[in-house]
Parts: sequence; structure tokens; C-alpha cells
Amino acid sequence: MAAATGARIGVVTFPGTLDDRDAARAVRLAGAEAVALWHADDDLQGVDAVVLPGGFSYGDYLRAGAIARFAPMMDKIVDAAHGGLPVLGICNGFQLLTESHLLPGSMIKNNHLHFICREQVLTVENASTVWTNEYAAGERITIPLKNQDGQYVADERTLDELEGEGRVAFRYEGVNPNGSRRGIAGITNARGNVVGLMPHPEHAVEAGFGPDSEHGAKAGTDGLRFFTSVIASLVHA
Amino acid sequence: MTAPKPTLDTVENAAATPDEEQPFASLGLKPDEYQRIKDILGRRPTAAELAMYSVMWSEHCSYKSSKIHLSKFGAKTTDEMKKHLLVGIGENAGVVEIGDGWAVTFKVESHNHPSFVEPYQGAATGVGGIVRDIISMGARPVAVMDQLRFGDVEHPDTARVVHGVVSGVGGYGNSLGLPNIGGELVFDASYQGNPLVNALCLGVLRHEDIHLANASGVGNKVVLFGARTGGDGIGGASILASETFEDGVPAKRPSVQVGDPFMEKVLIECCLELYAAEVVEGIQDLGAAGISCATSELASNGDGGMHVWLDDVLLRDPTLNAGEILMSESQERMMAVVTPAKLEQFLAITKKWDVETAVIGEVNDSGRLTIDHHGQRIVDVDPRTVAHEGPVYDRPYARPAWQDGLNADTTVAAGLARPATGDELRAAALAVLGSPNHSSKAWVTNQYDRFVQGNTALAQPDDSGVVRVDESTNLGVALSTDANGRYAKLDPRTGAQLALAEAYRNVATTGARPLAITDCLNFGSPEDPDSMWQLVEAIEGLADGCFELGTPVTGGNVSLYNGTGEPGQIDSSIHPTPVVGVLGVIDDVTRATASGWRTEGQTIFLLGTTRAELDGSAWADVVHRHLGGVPPRLDLAAEKALADVLVNASRDELVDAAHDLSEGGLVQALLESCLRYGVGARVSIAGLVERDGVTEFEALFSESVARAVVSVPRGEEQRLVDACVARGVPLLKLGETGAVVGDEPALVVDGLFEVPLAEAREVFEGALPAIFG
Repeated sequence: MAAATGARIGVVTFPGTLDDRDAARAVRLAGAEAVALWHADDDLQGVDAVVLPGGFSYGDYLRAGAIARFAPMMDKIVDAAHGGLPVLGICNGFQLLTESHLLPGSMIKNNHLHFICREQVLTVENASTVWTNEYAAGERITIPLKNQDGQYVADERTLDELEGEGRVAFRYEGVNPNGSRRGIAGITNARGNVVGLMPHPEHAVEAGFGPDSEHGAKAGTDGLRFFTSVIASLVHA
Repeated sequence: MTAPKPTLDTVENAAATPDEEQPFASLGLKPDEYQRIKDILGRRPTAAELAMYSVMWSEHCSYKSSKIHLSKFGAKTTDEMKKHLLVGIGENAGVVEIGDGWAVTFKVESHNHPSFVEPYQGAATGVGGIVRDIISMGARPVAVMDQLRFGDVEHPDTARVVHGVVSGVGGYGNSLGLPNIGGELVFDASYQGNPLVNALCLGVLRHEDIHLANASGVGNKVVLFGARTGGDGIGGASILASETFEDGVPAKRPSVQVGDPFMEKVLIECCLELYAAEVVEGIQDLGAAGISCATSELASNGDGGMHVWLDDVLLRDPTLNAGEILMSESQERMMAVVTPAKLEQFLAITKKWDVETAVIGEVNDSGRLTIDHHGQRIVDVDPRTVAHEGPVYDRPYARPAWQDGLNADTTVAAGLARPATGDELRAAALAVLGSPNHSSKAWVTNQYDRFVQGNTALAQPDDSGVVRVDESTNLGVALSTDANGRYAKLDPRTGAQLALAEAYRNVATTGARPLAITDCLNFGSPEDPDSMWQLVEAIEGLADGCFELGTPVTGGNVSLYNGTGEPGQIDSSIHPTPVVGVLGVIDDVTRATASGWRTEGQTIFLLGTTRAELDGSAWADVVHRHLGGVPPRLDLAAEKALADVLVNASRDELVDAAHDLSEGGLVQALLESCLRYGVGARVSIAGLVERDGVTEFEALFSESVARAVVSVPRGEEQRLVDACVARGVPLLKLGETGAVVGDEPALVVDGLFEVPLAEAREVFEGALPAIFG
């Protein structure tokens, strides 16, 4: 079924991916067609953008995202991303983007060593990427955070570069939930087409099933604009 | 390394060497059970047959001590109660129809003993096992819950078990992408050395997707797929789950299985694709007793026989002998029956998911289960004698000698000092609120993913977990489990019924109509007449309660031998813990009632009658460390009326919040309702004291059943009053939401005390982190 906007957004499934169906739902609710992409295939099926969803691809064995990065589909995505294809990596997808060197840094185990699941407040720091253009810079949003290996780390020079170039896309508000360097929750590449973050916008797209937020219990839909942002940038492109 | 040449104990050899000594006792079989196997076979069993019988006739697999009593559930289930039941007791899990062609399957199961020995893996594989039960019904798993009971928080060993179990449940469940929507967390010295780790899984399917565990159709292939078979869990079913630990802990360690949630997640998706392609005739998960159980149950449920080539089983450890292969409880394995015509398509799908698959046998019309190893016959049995016709015991049971003394030791007889002044009542309320059993469970639940799948409408700390089933209509289900071991210790029959009543009430407070039951009966040794009496009382009570409420038991699990003391003593076993899960249906989950007030200025009503019932209460436990007397009086007619009001009030949008009253009584429910969204309340209990003839202390702390507090939007009060009057549910206005003291929201109990919510929150949320970090 063709979606209203005509945009087609791919959602990749690896063995161990968990949030692919949620990401596809978010894409549909935002008004685009969700296209299922299988890790072992090497055809992007002409999609206009790609979401790498959360989960534990290959059981996080070796290191989160370290095996999935060698999937045939990832070769295509990395090439296309260099050519400007919008790519969003969520949680395990963010880990995969760093493993693929599309984004700098890495994720290690949370500093408290526990899995953590909570309604997380973020500050949108960069509202000019293709995935964030419908937010306002400095806006606070609430979306779920849930992970075991969510502590963002990078060397000081890289962190300074990220800050200096405005490539910190999201920062944790309030208590740093996992020890991430400089409270970084998500980053973008210089071109603004590749964005990765640990919290889960696809779990905050539907009232009644989202996080508790200032709008009410389970009412949080702050994540939806990730997907409407990319659709808007595709339509205007 | 080369495998040592196996020495095979063939059927032929067994017949020729009738007097060879066999280690039946160390495999958990009693002498008369061993003799019975010989009588069935007309010879001694081979080593492999002995392994199969020993695991399949264990308490864990055969229910030999509980079977004759469990049949009371069936006897008490009327045709009317079965109306929504598509699959009942006896299969991997029951299936209930919920409308629009949808069905759900759910079951709670124990993994208690392994979780003491190896808390992380014990808990993880407990989740894995129940999830495979749900997959094998043909359903997509959509949620899990865990019912956890640990020893005293003060005991030095408790933290080891707690950390291991909680990370095990989380580590496995989170990796499967299943939201954890609730559960139970209890600390009590009776569970020291005997923690209870129960896990529940809920699955969703269309009516036509139901799959069953049977092997039919001569020539059909028996396919084993998933993880390879290794040396883990061997003897687990027969030894760990059925006997107490007499030796040191490390000696039993190899018997605990090791889980791989990644493999299980792949297996879930692979199975769902196999079902969608319609290439599966029958399916069974491999859990306790591994291949022994799967082959004998599939064959026994089918209409013919089965032959298995054991050499074709893919092994992780090539040195395993036939008995070990048959008994191995390696996780993440499934066994399917596939027609030859569809085998190729089946194998293509498992290959797509990188799931190793082996055809290990064939369905035939022999009526026998035969197994060959290295070209020789090592098993030749009637599968029914292994799977379904094991020993059945009518164990002696009697009311314990200590029971009367325990019942006579009421909170009044013991002279427990009761708070009377406002300051004393306030202090008692905060003591309960900050106690490990009644404080916030967020330390645990924040380690579980509750968002994944995007269908969670309510989760802990709400009264029930609520998940959407149909995205187009918002049709969904509510689930709650409960058990109060302290009540059950005082009176196991009433205790089981109170667990049912509370879970039923919890489901109704969300606005869902209760429909079906699962249970996990955790008790002491069946060889101790005291424990056996508790079990029989609980089963009979639960069967009667289900009959009265019109909700059938659809399946469950029994866990016995949960005790480390000498039989006959008051502390021989754990508190009898009949965990009861109630499933309800709600036509629009977005309407599900949360258990805390969200809006200021709403009217707070108390529904139900309060009696002076403090025996076994949270107050008696927390303040006085006392357990004695009799539990609250059961009133299932009142529960039904209350549920009816709550379900209709939700449908008609008369209530904005509803919270059941249970442990800790009214004051605990009020504090929790305030803390849920940080909205205060001002109440007066003077009217309650007068109407019900109770003291202020009793009004606040009594644990009488069939009660709930609700908050009602302005203008809807009269409609709620009318609804209660029509159904004979007593109703009393307590006050209204939104009290502030200074600038801070607070709970104000007029004339007695006030608690700023910031202070209450620190007490409530700080308790578990202070203990466990």
C-alpha cells in the first residue's frame, strides 16, 4: 500500500533485532511506507531512507554491532550513506553505525552495570539534521531509554570535534543515566544524514503506548518527529 | 580428541542380563518404581530407557503426587466456563478466545531449584522455557511477567540470589524483545535457601494458528532444530526439580542449564515463519527431560509410533552417551513433525534463520517408540508408559499438628501494640511503605524492557499489565498474578482463593473482564503430610473459587520439594505459595484504568466493606514480625459485584483511576495512588470508622477483600453511586484528589496526619536501592 507521502523507508532486520516491527510502525504512523530489509540481502530496494532498529543483533556477541556490521546489507547502506542516504541508528543500530565507522566513538556497558529502562528526557542540540529538522534546537523531549551497553565513549579530541562542529544531536537531561561522556545521547555525521542515538524514538509515537510525559500517562509521542523530519526532507529534496 | 567408543546397553543385552545392577536410585527412582518399569517392559530397562523413565517419572515431569488432586480443576469446570476455551489443561499451554478471531495463550511455570543453585542461568532459562511453551502453541510471545520470592533481605545470601535472578530474567527476556509487564517481588525468611522463580508468558495467535504436540501420519519426519544438544542440564529434571539438596551446592552445578537468548529469539521468528508457511504438523518444545520428553509425548499424543536415529542428533559434545543425549536439557531446541512433501520448504526456512536442523526420526504405525544408536536398538517402549502412564501417588496428608496453634496466635491474642495517635499511624504507614515487600519495585522493573513491541498500555506499578492484541481495534488483554504466602500459611485453602480474588480484582480495576486462570503451585515436600495437606487444600480451594467466579484454569505448573527443614515442623517448608494468574479482556486498551490519580479535584471513593482483619497483614509483618491468626475472610460474591462495577465504570468512563486494596490496606493504596503521578489527596476516614464499626487503625491498615479506591471526574459521581447501588457494592466518599501542604502535594488524612509526597517518595523508592545498590 502506498503511503500518503510516497516516501519509502527501509527497516533492517538482523538475527536478534527486536524493535524492527516498532520502527516499521513508527514509519507508517509518520506517513511513509515501511520496507522490510533482510540483513543477508544486498538490495536496498530503492528505499529513500533506512532505519537500523534496536535489539541484540547476533546476541551482542563479541561486541554490540560488531558482527552485524559485516552483513551484506550493511555494505550497501554504508555506501549509500556516503552518498547522502538518510540513515537512523537506534540503540543497537547506533552501535552498528559506530562499528561501521559512519559515526565516531563507541558504546560500552552502562556505568552502573545494569540494564536500564526509563522514560528519558533529552535535549535536542542539533535540529538541522534530516532526522531532527522538525524539532527546535534546545527543545526537551521524552522518549524511552532501554539498554545494557549505552555508555557513549570517545577520545577527548573526537568529543571536542563533535561539540565544535555541532554534531552532538541529543544530550541526556538531568541525571546521566549511563555515564556517557559529556551526557551525549546521540550524534550526527557532518552532512547530517546519518544520526545515531541510544534512546528509542520508535517507542514514543502513539498516545496510549508511549512513555509517561508531561502530556500524560503513556501519552508521549515526542519520537514521531524523527520520522516526519526525514519524510519532510525527502519531500523537499 | 576422539570420542571413546561407546559401550551400548541394547535391548537385546538388557533382556540377556536381567540381574545387572542399575543406578535407578541415583536417578531419583524409588525401588517400586524401578520394579514397575521392569514389569512394563518384561525385562530390565536399558540404560537409555532407564534415563528416559527416570526423568519422565520425576515429580517435575509426571505430577505424580499432585495429579489426582489436579483433576479437581477439570471436575469443577463447567461447559459454560469452557465457552472461551480453545485448548485446555494438558497441552503446553491453554488457549482462550478473546473475540474477532483472536486468541491468547498464557502459562506460568516455576524454575525454583535451579535458580538457587545458579541464579542467573536458572532464572534466564526459566523465562526461556515458558516462552518456548507459548511458541509451541503456534503463538507469537508478546509479554512476560515474573513472580519472584527471596529470603530475608538481612540474610547474607539473599543479595546473591536477587542480583542473579533479576539480571537473569532481564538478560534473557530483554534479549527476546518481550515486554515485562509486571510480576511479584516478595522477601520472606521462609524462602531462604528456596527462592521461588516463576515466569509467565503471554502469546497471541489467530484461532486457526493453534498447533498441538502430536506426531501423526505414518512416514512423517521428526525434525529437531535449534541449538545443538550438549551436556548441560543432564539429570536436571529428575534430580534438581524433585529432591532437596543434601550435598553441597557445587556438586549439582552442572545440572543447571545455560541459556542463549539470541538463539531463542531467532527460534521464535523461525517458528513463526514455519507456521505461516504451513509446514508444521505437530510441534513440541524441549524443556525438562529434553528429547526423552519430546519424543515420548509427541508419540504418545499421536496415533501411531515413532522411530528415532539418535546418531542424527547434532551434538555440541561428541562424547555424550545415549542416555545423556536423551536426558540433556540443552536450551533453545524444538521438535517438529513434518510431512515429507514439505520437508524441503521447512529446511529452507530454518536455513534462512541459520538454525541448525536434523531429521532424527519418522512417525510409523508400530505403536512403539524405538530408538537406535550406532545401528543398535537401545530403546523399545510404549510411549504412553513413559509420557502419560507414570506412577500416580495418593500421598498421605493431614492438617499439621502446629496449625491450630498458629491460627490461635492472632494479632489480638499476641497483644501486638497498635498505633492509635495520628503520629503513630503516620509512622506505621511509612514503615510499611518503606518495607522491602511494599516499597516501589522500580529497582527491579527498571532493569526490564516494558516498551518493546509498542503494545504495552499498562505495566508495573499498575495493578495489571495490559497489552494490545489488535492494532486496528485496540482489543487487548490484562494480566495479573498474585499469591500471599503468609495468608496461605495461615489457611492454604483460603489463601489460594485470596490469591485468585486479588488477581481477579487487579484485572477488573483496569477495566478488563476476567476470563481465565493459570497457576503455579509452589509447595514443600509431598512426602511430608503437612505440605501435602497444604497442597490439597490449596487445589481444592482454587478449584472451588474458579467455579464460583466462572473462570476456568487453563494450565499451569506444580513445584514441590520447596523446603529444607525436617518434615513435621512449622518451618519445614516455604510458605505455601499458590501463584494465581488471571487474564482478562478489554475491548479498548487505551481506556485501561491506571492505578493512580492524574487530575486534581476529582472525588475519591472507597468501594467495599472494611472489617477488622489484621492477622497476616503487612502491618503485623513489618511492625511486629508476626504471623498468626486467620487470613481475611473471602467473599467471592462481593468480588464479582466489585469487578462488575469497575469494568462497567471503565467502559462508561466514570473512573479516572482505580487501585485495589490489598497488602497494607487503605493507607498503602492511597499513598501508592498519590505517588503514581505525584498528585496528592485529602481524605477523611471518619465516615468509614462510623459506617463499618472499625477503629481508625483498622480503617487504614485492615486487609479486607473486595475493596478498591477510585477517583471520579466531577459530574460523574452520581452515575458511579447508582452503579454501586444497583450491584450492592458499598461506596463511601473519602475525599478528593489534589491536596497540597505548603507548596508540596501531600496525602492528608483529616484530623490524623499528613505526608508530603516528596517524603513518601523517598521512603517508597529508596528502600530497595538502599539494600541492593
